[in-house]
Amino acid sequence: MGPTQWDFPVELCCRPMAFVTLTGLDVTYNAVHRAIWDAFCANRRADRVPISFKVLPGDHEYPKCRTKRTSYEWYIPKGILKTGWMNKHLNLVPALVVVFYELDWDEAQWKEKQSECATRVEIVRTSLQGRNTKVAVVLIQKKTPLPPGEDLIASERAAALCNACDLSGKSLFVLPHTDHLVGYIIRLENAFYEHAQTYYYTEIRRIKSHKEFLNKTTHQLLFVRHQFKIAFFSELKQDTQNALKNYRTAYNLVHELRAHETNMLEIKTMAGFINYKICRLCFQHNTPLDAIAQFRKHIDLCKKKIGSAELSFEHAAWMSKQFQAFGDLFDEAIKLGLTAIQTQNPGFYYQQAAYYAQERKHLASLLCKHDPSVAYPSPDPLETPNGMLDFYGQRAWRQGILSFDLSDPEKEKAGILALQLKEREVIHSELIISLLSNAVAQFKKYKCPRMKSHLMVQMGEEYYYAKDYTKALKLLDYVMCDYRSERWWTLLTSILGTALKCAYLMAQLKDYITYSLELLGRASTLKDDQKSRIEKNLIMVLMNESPDPEPDCDASIVKLAQHLWADRVSLAGSNMFTIEVQDFVPFVQCKAKFLAPSFHVDTPVELYVYLKTDCPHPIRFSKLCVGFSNQEYNQYCVVEEQYQSSDILEQSAQGTMCLVPGKTRKFTFKFVAKTEDVGKKIEITSVDLILGSETGRCVILNWRGGGGDAASAQEAIQAARSFKRRPKLPDTEVHWDSIIIQASTMIISRVPKVSVQLCHEPPALNNEMYCLMITIQSQEDTVIRDVKLTAGLKPGQDANLTQKTLVTLHGTEMCDDSSPALLTDIPIGSLQPGEKLDMPLYIRCSTVGTRVFLVYVSYLIDTSVDGKEIVCRCHRDETVTIETVYPFDVAVKFVSIKFEHLERVYTDIPFLLMTDILSASPWALTILSSQLQLSSFVTPVDQLESHVENVVLQTAESASECFCLHCPPVANPQNGVATGSYIISWKRSSAAEKVPVVKTVVTLPHVIVESIPLHIRADLPSFGRVRESLPVKYHLQNKTNLVQDIEIAVEPSDAFMFSGLKQIRLQILPGTEQEMLYNFYPLMAGYQQLPSLNINVLRFPNYTSHMLKRFLPTHVFVKPQGRRVDDDSIEAA
Amino acid sequence: MAVCVAVIAKENYPLYIRSIPTENQLKFHYTVHTSLDVVDEKISAMGKALVDQRELYLGLLYPTEDYKVYGYVTNSKVKFVMVVDSSNTALRDNEIRSMFRKLHNSYTDVMCNPFYNPGDPIQSRAFDNTVSSMMVATC
Repeated sequence: MGPTQWDFPVELCCRPMAFVTLTGLDVTYNAVHRAIWDAFCANRRADRVPISFKVLPGDHEYPKCRTKRTSYEWYIPKGILKTGWMNKHLNLVPALVVVFYELDWDEAQWKEKQSECATRVEIVRTSLQGRNTKVAVVLIQKKTPLPPGEDLIASERAAALCNACDLSGKSLFVLPHTDHLVGYIIRLENAFYEHAQTYYYTEIRRIKSHKEFLNKTTHQLLFVRHQFKIAFFSELKQDTQNALKNYRTAYNLVHELRAHETNMLEIKTMAGFINYKICRLCFQHNTPLDAIAQFRKHIDLCKKKIGSAELSFEHAAWMSKQFQAFGDLFDEAIKLGLTAIQTQNPGFYYQQAAYYAQERKHLASLLCKHDPSVAYPSPDPLETPNGMLDFYGQRAWRQGILSFDLSDPEKEKAGILALQLKEREVIHSELIISLLSNAVAQFKKYKCPRMKSHLMVQMGEEYYYAKDYTKALKLLDYVMCDYRSERWWTLLTSILGTALKCAYLMAQLKDYITYSLELLGRASTLKDDQKSRIEKNLIMVLMNESPDPEPDCDASIVKLAQHLWADRVSLAGSNMFTIEVQDFVPFVQCKAKFLAPSFHVDTPVELYVYLKTDCPHPIRFSKLCVGFSNQEYNQYCVVEEQYQSSDILEQSAQGTMCLVPGKTRKFTFKFVAKTEDVGKKIEITSVDLILGSETGRCVILNWRGGGGDAASAQEAIQAARSFKRRPKLPDTEVHWDSIIIQASTMIISRVPKVSVQLCHEPPALNNEMYCLMITIQSQEDTVIRDVKLTAGLKPGQDANLTQKTLVTLHGTEMCDDSSPALLTDIPIGSLQPGEKLDMPLYIRCSTVGTRVFLVYVSYLIDTSVDGKEIVCRCHRDETVTIETVYPFDVAVKFVSIKFEHLERVYTDIPFLLMTDILSASPWALTILSSQLQLSSFVTPVDQLESHVENVVLQTAESASECFCLHCPPVANPQNGVATGSYIISWKRSSAAEKVPVVKTVVTLPHVIVESIPLHIRADLPSFGRVRESLPVKYHLQNKTNLVQDIEIAVEPSDAFMFSGLKQIRLQILPGTEQEMLYNFYPLMAGYQQLPSLNINVLRFPNYTSHMLKRFLPTHVFVKPQGRRVDDDSIEAA
Repeated sequence: MAVCVAVIAKENYPLYIRSIPTENQLKFHYTVHTSLDVVDEKISAMGKALVDQRELYLGLLYPTEDYKVYGYVTNSKVKFVMVVDSSNTALRDNEIRSMFRKLHNSYTDVMCNPFYNPGDPIQSRAFDNTVSSMMVATC
């Protein structure tokens, strides 16, 4: 597309840069000149000064300058801004002309050269007659210049040259073309830039000076023009702040102009230009809010300025352009780093631009519907002598006429007609679509998915108007699912309507049918008459006929479409379509359900398929089939109805496959599951409903899984939430909402008719052979075969249990570690009806705790389902939880001969080992024997024999034993010594004879053995009698290899008198014994304290009498003095 | 005042939508639907802020050339959208707020109806009247 009338001129949209012309450079043939030019213009980076350079010949003719007016008194402007003005100052009238001239200071023919240069300058000057354009001279020199002031010839000749050329010293430059060309050039262009700025400054001053001559009545237009020019020069001067200020003033002045239909376009055009400049500068100054505010103000001011009603499409076009241009500016600013937000982004402006473009199209279609016979006016009123307008926004046929009255109404009419006819040639759709797609891209970026969808719908519709149905369908199809998933049915229906038209006009069978299906469905908001029409068309299509055209389609296109349809009819092939209906809302709803979540293999699997239609008229289907995950079942679930294709229109509600709108139809299917599928899931993978016949056209509506569509999930939720009472229906019918899809079922094995009983006496005792009696009894009516038993620890428990649990069928011997935890598939053979079988299972648990045991019996049986013979494998499993406990607790302690608790034992002094077996078992235990196995550190004092043989212990009873032992001296007594182990052989009292005995080994505790220097022992009668002598003999035994000095003192006691040595010091030889004899004479009866013996071993001061007292009795029982009888007995004694 | 009033379910489907009969109904449906973009964005931004200090009124969603679209969201994420003619500059924010409050009250009444199943389209004469009162005052 070339630029149209409405596009902004290039010179408006570009960034104005100071214009400098370079003369005297031969860039084609002179390599030095070429290099200089390249340095000026190639690879200009952003940090270089903004100058646009142009190479012109020295004798170039610049635009002539009109003689300056001295007075504006009689001057009446013909328009606001000349079309050529901006371009003139951007590209034609330079701010500075630079004359390049090759001349070295030591030039031999200096005089001649100097005058030639002067001539060149003069030529340029003449051409610029009347302009303020600066002239500068650059001497291209071969030699590097000396520092200033050192080259006397140079300064002298420079002054002379300046004089000759009438130049100021500041306008003469030297350019040595040496290594540092670019550096020199940059310095040069900075100097040029200063000159240019001065030039534009003087231009601004010059224009400002006109102001005082103007008056408000006749020169209104000039106010705008001058203000615009000042602003534009300011821009060229790179003074954007002032430029913005002046443009703003200009903008206000434009709106002060007297507006009339005749000049409205001119005012709007200029307002648009100035607004564009303001917005652009605002974005450049990074004040986007100012830009937006200005643009809003601009639109509000101009929105209503429609101008000529007959050309109102021009206003829409202009508005569209305003928005589009602002959108472009906005977008450009974003690319340079501005951030936009969801509610303020370029998309909105493109969208509005598209809206006005649509408006333009609409107005054009209203205003430009001329009869084809209306000829384009001749001569062409739009033609101008030079091919372009003099002033922006004026009418070609009345340029420069300021009067509001139409001098020539005929001419005006011709002009308007010409414009209208021209407008007719515009391809509006293209404009609209490109704007919309711009907007779509923006909204996508700013998280507006719905806005994007909306615009895509508009694009689709525009493609439809533009007759590009393929693209239209593509877009509409893309967004449809968004509206469907958000359940905006009104919008969806509208989109479907357009899509259906597209499909019709292209005779796209499958699309046509798909859209029809949904438009007839419950989500469609179409009226019933519309639905009837669509249904009728659909039936015609199914009968391989052409449908009636969609309404509101252009007659000529309909004709084309009808041809296409006719072609389709004659085409034989490809008349079978599969449509996946799951993802939209078709007019047939389907729900399939298995009657139960699981079926036994010996019962038939039943399922229902419910269908319901929502279209206005009854409709007949030809076939219904259900597909399963195991395809072998598919053959059992087919309903087919044969009918003549001509019957299809006959709307009888009788046929099984004819569905009445709103009524739920149920189809029942039944089949026998295969025995291989036991334990597997059967899933409904698809439901296919076939519409039409294979002779005509055939459409397979395919539901994946058990039915349902895009809307059904939400409907189910709503229905579940509702507590509205449903109207009562006859028993044969069901409420659609109450049907719940059940798309899968499990096939489970036949219910076993065999009983498994477990008989045992829990809890199990640790390490015993625990007997679990399994009783299997067949309750089947026929013989069961291949009976197998699996029994043992149930898998899936703690892995440690597997090692600590052993099972066996043989209870006579203790099982060892090679026995498994689970016995699998023990063949049992066959069982007759009613036959019973007992199997004992022995379990040995070597740790306490809870275990789960599994007993699993499986067998084969022949049976029949629905007359079909099948062999079923049935199984029954039982689990049992068995606790294992310790049978008894064994307590072991060491005591002295006096049965006092001992923490340590003394070398060679006898002590007692006591064992205590406390039964913890709820069942009676028989202790068969016990055995003490002593270590080498301990030796028995007498014969070791078990005292608990064949003792039966009930719960909480205990059996104790006592062994007298002593320890020989040991090497290092600190650590204690092992004493050996205690072995108990036991079994349950109730256990059978052949059940092996359990041996439980109890490790005896360690004991610390200590040696003592002196041992003391008392010989004392078991009791005394008051006032009768009680002889006591103390034996003191030296256990060391040294002679011991010992002091003994007897402390008196109130209860006794005594005779014997009260205090003595004696010596005992190594290994010998000293006896001390005392005669106690009890004075009081009762349990009396004996006079205590204080012994002091002098060699071992640590070994106190306190420690020794442990070996001595402290008390003795004293009987009272007897009566006569007793006396006799005493005498007898 | 309002030219279109809509109640949108939590799942963003319309529960109620009514526009002045003189204009293209479909256009308003699209306007309301597209405004949900901004509503969604505002709600998700609100989720990050303090929950207790929730302001139900969402303010101006976006201005189009001809209409202004305002939004309001209840605590149960049901949205009210109101489209107002741009030319009607007399309408202040406070008035819009009070209109929304009125609408919310009326909607609460609808919800209180034991025969109304939440999530179904609203068919209530009382609600209709409230909406009408907001739309009639325009003309």
